[in-house]
Amino acid sequence: MAKITLKNLRHSYLAEPQNKEDYALQQIDAEWSDGSAYALLGPSGCGKTTLLNIISGLLTPSEGQVLFDDKDITHIPTAERHIAQIFQFPVVYDTMSVFDNLAFPLRNRGVAEDKVTARVNEVAKMLDLEHSLKQRASGLTADGKQKISLGRGLVREDVNVIMFDEPLTVIDPHLKWLLRSKLKELHQQLGITMIYVTHDQTEALTFADHVVVMFEGTVVQVGTPVELFEHPAHTFVGHFIGSPGMNILPCEISDAAAHFAGNRLQTACTKLPGIGTGNLEVGVRPEFVQFDDSGFPVEIVKVDDLGRHQIVAVRHNDNAIKMIIAEDAPIPSENPRISFSPQHTRLYQDSWVVN
Amino acid sequence: MSKPTNQKAWLLVIPVVLLVAFNALIPLMTVVNYSVQETFGNNVFFWEGVKWFEQVLNSSRFHEAFLRQLAFTGTILLIEIPLGIAVALSMPKKGPWVSVCLVLMALPLLIPWNVVGAMWNIFALPDIGLLGRTINAMGIDYNFTQQPLAAWITTIAMDVWHWTSLVVLLAYAGLCSIPDAYYQAAKIDGASPWSVFWRIQLPKMKHVLTIAILLRFMDSFMIYTEPFVLTGGGPGNTTTFLSIDLVKIALGQFDLGPAAAMSLIYFFVVLLMCWIFYTLMMRDEEQ
Repeated sequence: MAKITLKNLRHSYLAEPQNKEDYALQQIDAEWSDGSAYALLGPSGCGKTTLLNIISGLLTPSEGQVLFDDKDITHIPTAERHIAQIFQFPVVYDTMSVFDNLAFPLRNRGVAEDKVTARVNEVAKMLDLEHSLKQRASGLTADGKQKISLGRGLVREDVNVIMFDEPLTVIDPHLKWLLRSKLKELHQQLGITMIYVTHDQTEALTFADHVVVMFEGTVVQVGTPVELFEHPAHTFVGHFIGSPGMNILPCEISDAAAHFAGNRLQTACTKLPGIGTGNLEVGVRPEFVQFDDSGFPVEIVKVDDLGRHQIVAVRHNDNAIKMIIAEDAPIPSENPRISFSPQHTRLYQDSWVVN
Repeated sequence: MSKPTNQKAWLLVIPVVLLVAFNALIPLMTVVNYSVQETFGNNVFFWEGVKWFEQVLNSSRFHEAFLRQLAFTGTILLIEIPLGIAVALSMPKKGPWVSVCLVLMALPLLIPWNVVGAMWNIFALPDIGLLGRTINAMGIDYNFTQQPLAAWITTIAMDVWHWTSLVVLLAYAGLCSIPDAYYQAAKIDGASPWSVFWRIQLPKMKHVLTIAILLRFMDSFMIYTEPFVLTGGGPGNTTTFLSIDLVKIALGQFDLGPAAAMSLIYFFVVLLMCWIFYTLMMRDEEQ
């Protein structure tokens, strides 16, 4: 169990990085508390696996430090960090039985055989593997193998943190849900710090207490699922999280108010930036756009009925706007007009939110 | 619903059937034909039944050649497989040296058999060969044309030089296909280099190694050209392996019947051994 601190962390896969683009991780400072479940969420290539491998010690960062409980472990080898990592593709030792697989990390560390047996049985029970202990590991299905990978992390009692690198990629959809609930249950039961890397927002939001959203090598926001949904700090968070994502529209300031295509908007922003300061955008989630006769006129492009709600794509001048409305809500056939909920309409300056 | 029957598909198979017939089946049947008959030329044949088979199986000459062959194949497998794995393990996984290593490794494989034999013959000659002279200059009496042991060592060294590369390339391909996650997981599990080899690398190389052993077994069991050029089967009969003996009987003594019988026995031995080996190696997969 440990608190994880990342200090001025930067990493480049090149020996001599020249400019910003050469860094896979730009600059990361974070403090992750002991016993929480974190999700690293971001698109492919945003640096989340790099960050994970730095924490596990498979990579040494170009700059900065990694601390476990305020102890600098940046240059300590993986085996001594007391971490466990579960990879995208299940790693099992084919020639060994499930029991031997689970016992492997303990035996490598010279634990007495009777202790090994007790511990393996305990972990097998937690993971519902007790009936396949004698089986060859290679004969198991993908989710069974992934459970073994996880089990090899759980058998060690000194594990500081368990890290998951997109662990459900090769699991069948109906088993994904089961395995994810199992993870969550284990987290609550054991209280081990868990870091979960994924590009799937549903996985991240259901698994984690805190979601760390990464984009182009930087952390753009850390927050609970609710915070990420209601207060996206960056336009990337806005359109990456949510389905469909946030509407990001061009905006300008005049007459002490934000305007979108000439329409005055009320926003949640309390202190408007000055005129001509950076690129301004306004963001509003489709959930907070509604038909409103006092709003501005739009043209309806398409209506998708998803069964639970409808997604309406509309257009104002050349700006596409998506809105989510209730399944049974009427769609005006003539001169539709829409408006945004002021408390959920946010102003972004150079992609970052203005409060 | 019944499946439609379309006999026209046979037409598509005919070219292959003809090809196989002409390059394998008909020549093989000719051998079968010779193996059960006696001929004095002019296409006059006399039925002999299994006489030639009995003669070959009871001849001490065949037994000796067979044992020699087993000893040779066993020795080169015991050297080439571990050596090939060791070389593959020490090759770089990435970087500019990968292609250099691969090309260097592939070179011996590109040299024709008789050239390999001739090269080693000259190389190992005690009076003018670089290797032969060096060994003698070190005070070791070495002459592969006269000493059976020296002839054996030279033949084995030649085969190891020529064919270890094949094992290396196959083992290297097997090693390269192991995802990084396995090594990372092993690191996290605190595995020693030995258990990484034993628990990850070797099991993952199993299939390519099966192929490597099969190829090397078949090839070395049928070896002819290289020892023929190097030692001619000598000194005496000490390096007369099965193929060399077979050619001596068939073309030297023109005993076509016994030679044909020996060919068939030889063929079935190779087939049987490959089958046994493959079945043993693949037995686990079916469990």
